[in-house]
Amino acid sequence: MEPMIAFTDVRLTLGDRLILKDVSFEVQPGETRVVLGGSGSGKTTLLRLVLGLYRPDRGSILVAGQDITGLPERDLFQVRQQMAMVFQDAALFDSLSVRENVGYRLWEQGLLSDEEIEQKALESLKFVGLDDILDKMPAELSGGMRKRVGIARALASGAKTLLYDEPTAGLDPINTCLIGRLILRLKAMGVTQVVVTHDLETAYRVADRMILVVKGRLAFDGTPDELRRCERPEVRQFLDPGSLPSEWKPLPNRDDITGEPVSVSRRDS
Amino acid sequence: MPTSFNLAAKLFNVVLIVQEFTLLCAQTVAGLVRPPWYLREIMLQLDRIGVGSLFIVMLTGLFTGMVLALQGAVQLEPYGATMYVSRLISESVVRELGPVLAALMIAGRVGTGIASEIASMQVTEQIDAFRAEGTDPIKKLATTRLAACLLMIPVLTVITNCIAILGGWLVARLYLAIDSYFYWTWAFEAIQMDDIVQGLVKPLIFGFIIAMVSCYAGFSTKGGTAGVGVSTTQSMVYSSILILASDFFITKFFMAFA
Repeated sequence: MEPMIAFTDVRLTLGDRLILKDVSFEVQPGETRVVLGGSGSGKTTLLRLVLGLYRPDRGSILVAGQDITGLPERDLFQVRQQMAMVFQDAALFDSLSVRENVGYRLWEQGLLSDEEIEQKALESLKFVGLDDILDKMPAELSGGMRKRVGIARALASGAKTLLYDEPTAGLDPINTCLIGRLILRLKAMGVTQVVVTHDLETAYRVADRMILVVKGRLAFDGTPDELRRCERPEVRQFLDPGSLPSEWKPLPNRDDITGEPVSVSRRDS
Repeated sequence: MPTSFNLAAKLFNVVLIVQEFTLLCAQTVAGLVRPPWYLREIMLQLDRIGVGSLFIVMLTGLFTGMVLALQGAVQLEPYGATMYVSRLISESVVRELGPVLAALMIAGRVGTGIASEIASMQVTEQIDAFRAEGTDPIKKLATTRLAACLLMIPVLTVITNCIAILGGWLVARLYLAIDSYFYWTWAFEAIQMDDIVQGLVKPLIFGFIIAMVSCYAGFSTKGGTAGVGVSTTQSMVYSSILILASDFFITKFFMAFA
């Protein structure tokens, strides 16, 4: 089967920083692929490369069989119509209501009537459990609601591939669970998904396959079970912070801290 | 680091900025002649720029005309020519002060608004979201604002000019006891066709400067919310400098061909 997304030896530098080095992986149609990695490891950059927001220095990126690395911006707009991205902070358009945000791409395409677009927007918002906030503005929404509206916007576009950038970052456990369930529902519907996250719990729940990016290199590519069993040091370091060098180990418990208490006095002016 | 190396790096940076700015201008202008047109967005910007700026340009015009009448009368009085003060007001307002002062006020009100709006969208990934949704952000944001500036700033300038001459008339009547008939006769007689052409060409160019400098400042924002503040300040500073500098060159151009 032709992969939906295929990276081959992709290398990217931004300014004088090497962001990705010789990254190769494939995402099959209907697969949910989780991209793991620490902060600043180049995970989000991978998604931006898929969308053509960055161009690699070397290597090729195929989206639905089409090499997008050399495409001009106008042709990239066509490629992007097949995908939708849920940004880290949702990136909802401030000046548009929830209804307008969700139906944005359909209005831009101009292929459907206003009533049909309204209907699609409403269906997508129902899917994420937010069909009662149509006329609210993004500024009135909580972080979790913004993320779910972002997912609704991606769904309404009818894209075959959804890209998520840290969908659960900064959310409480209930909202994290809700987002995880939405991803699982979409997985059951056969939508191809790429989820960038460093939330291991969500990652294990939703992933068909996972990759781990460490300092711009691919440190692992396999199933969740293979990841659990993997003994490579950089993988173990990510999965088990206890295996980090002593200076990077988590803070000790409060009871373990010894030494003289520090007194702080207030000086009134 | 050697000073010569720093200088070369700065020079390279300036060349890069000029190159990026030129490219943005070209893409924005090209957007004016190819669909989609985003008429709703253009109407919104016409309202924000035009109607939103009406009050401040009227106030600017009124007080400029009034102070010109007072100062002009002081200069003309020794020659017994106070009654010709309207000539001085109408010609200086239509040629220079109206376009320049209106443009500076609009740069402060509209230009900074455009820069901060686009800059905020840049740091909150909304610009990337436009691209991800298949929308050209330059066409959607820059072209619509350029079109609105090119349409509204000449109109606002004409209003500023009219209000300034009216402000001059108020002072002429109330403080200088100049007859209305004389005031308006000399005011209109002083304005020639090339003054009107110059007074309309300048706001068009100033409108282009305000829109493009503000959009560039917005799109090139880096560094989170602190960057938004920097871009907003830059848009005001660079727009003002370019307005004043280009005013000199446009005036020289018209004087050479008058």
